[in-house]
Amino acid sequence: MRNIVAIAGKDLRSYFTSPIAYVILTGYLLLAGWFFFNLLANFNQMLMAYMTFDSPEMLEALNLNEWVIAPLLHNLAVVLVILVPMLTMRSFAEEKKSGTYELLMTSPISVAEIVAGKFAGGFIFLFVLVALTGLYPLILMWFGDPEVGVIVSGLLGLLLLGASFVAIGLFTSSLTDNQIIAAVSCLVVLLLLYIIAWPAQSAGDMLGPFLRYLSLTEHFNELVKGVIDTRDIVYFLSVIVLALFLTLRSVESMRWR
Amino acid sequence: MIEVENLTKRYGDLVAVQNISFSAEKGQILGFLGPNGAGKTTTMRIITGFLPASGGTVRVAGFDIFEQAHEVRKRIGYLPENPPLYNDMTVWSFLSFVGRIKGLSRTEIPEAAERTIQRCGLKGVSKRLLGHLSKGFRQRVGLAQALIHDPSVLVLDEPTIGLDPRQIIEIRSLIRDLSGERTVILSTHILPEVAQLCDKVVIINRGRIAVEDTIENLTAGRSLEQVFLQYISRDDTEHEMEPTPGATA
Repeated sequence: MRNIVAIAGKDLRSYFTSPIAYVILTGYLLLAGWFFFNLLANFNQMLMAYMTFDSPEMLEALNLNEWVIAPLLHNLAVVLVILVPMLTMRSFAEEKKSGTYELLMTSPISVAEIVAGKFAGGFIFLFVLVALTGLYPLILMWFGDPEVGVIVSGLLGLLLLGASFVAIGLFTSSLTDNQIIAAVSCLVVLLLLYIIAWPAQSAGDMLGPFLRYLSLTEHFNELVKGVIDTRDIVYFLSVIVLALFLTLRSVESMRWR
Repeated sequence: MIEVENLTKRYGDLVAVQNISFSAEKGQILGFLGPNGAGKTTTMRIITGFLPASGGTVRVAGFDIFEQAHEVRKRIGYLPENPPLYNDMTVWSFLSFVGRIKGLSRTEIPEAAERTIQRCGLKGVSKRLLGHLSKGFRQRVGLAQALIHDPSVLVLDEPTIGLDPRQIIEIRSLIRDLSGERTVILSTHILPEVAQLCDKVVIINRGRIAVEDTIENLTAGRSLEQVFLQYISRDDTEHEMEPTPGATA
């Protein structure tokens, strides 16, 4: 356990002593703020328009959760698809390139501890990002009346989604000593998993549901809607465990190559 | 302390190291010589457990490096050819980190880091970032990370490469100080270094041991250069006359 903490702490510190963490945090919050501002402005405009119609049913249908928070979370999920590969690309590739890999691999710690430590480091950083996203719903609660449960469920979804991204990023980084290759292949995998359900409607009764099941978006969407279903949680946890297991194998494989 | 027996390493068809055996006793400094590409780094990487072997065994301090890798790693300090440094860490935080992953307890670390910093002459730079250090200091930090957990075996891959003459002298005297209770294996291209430092020499050529002996026996009346060239070239002509099974593969 202490080895995991040591590795996680080392990785976290390196995010923050290099500009990486600040660039990612700034970029993420800037984009999130812009999305939030526009969604809210849009919402306001619609509210005004509906009020002139003077129809209470239509006004009833307009709610902050559905028109501001849900699209905000979906937009941020896309931002994470792009940012997380840049966060994780260094994790193994850089160690290999700079030779510190030899230090880690000849120390009395197990490969599982290295992988777990690196995942923990990335996860904690992601947690900070997602927690900061929570500021925007907080602003809404100050002025409006969104449903808190749905917000929490959506943020949980974003966290689980991001954690899966981190795990997949670790895996692609473990395959190479080139950071660009690690980042690009992670981005491709994430995008694929993101849009894999697009042909689901025309894919038939067997393949369609299967593609839907594989899709990160489908499961994320359920959580954003406020439905905390064990099936979705299990899906994300399986992605994380599978990606970390593959990372473990890929790091260990160096020993029998 | 270190026993290498019939060690073989293949990368696909390429045989990097073939059936080599040698040993080093406690307190000995063993010089590992050979031309570039002879298999020195590969052998050292296997001894430290970084690479697996294709065949043969290595025992360090009585532990098998394949069966009891964890025990071996606790007892080995390793300085690879490029010192493994995190450029965005300070000397102090780097050594504390290495201390932790080498298994020192939280309370032991400050003392161990202080001791190694003192020993390797890093006192003035302990708060500097590794990325800002000169080559000589980087090499010393590399040595410091190999020493922090007070290992009984030190494996140093070309510890004096790229240093200026004064730094070379400093590192050499440091290595000499460090031996004593420890077993040191060091590889180098600088032959006088071996003559000055080492008790025993292993010359490796094309993945095979050309000779293993003490300095006194080898250099009786000759310079180490002559000995080195003799063993390297003798092996070359043998290769031309009878191709080895590995070379035909």
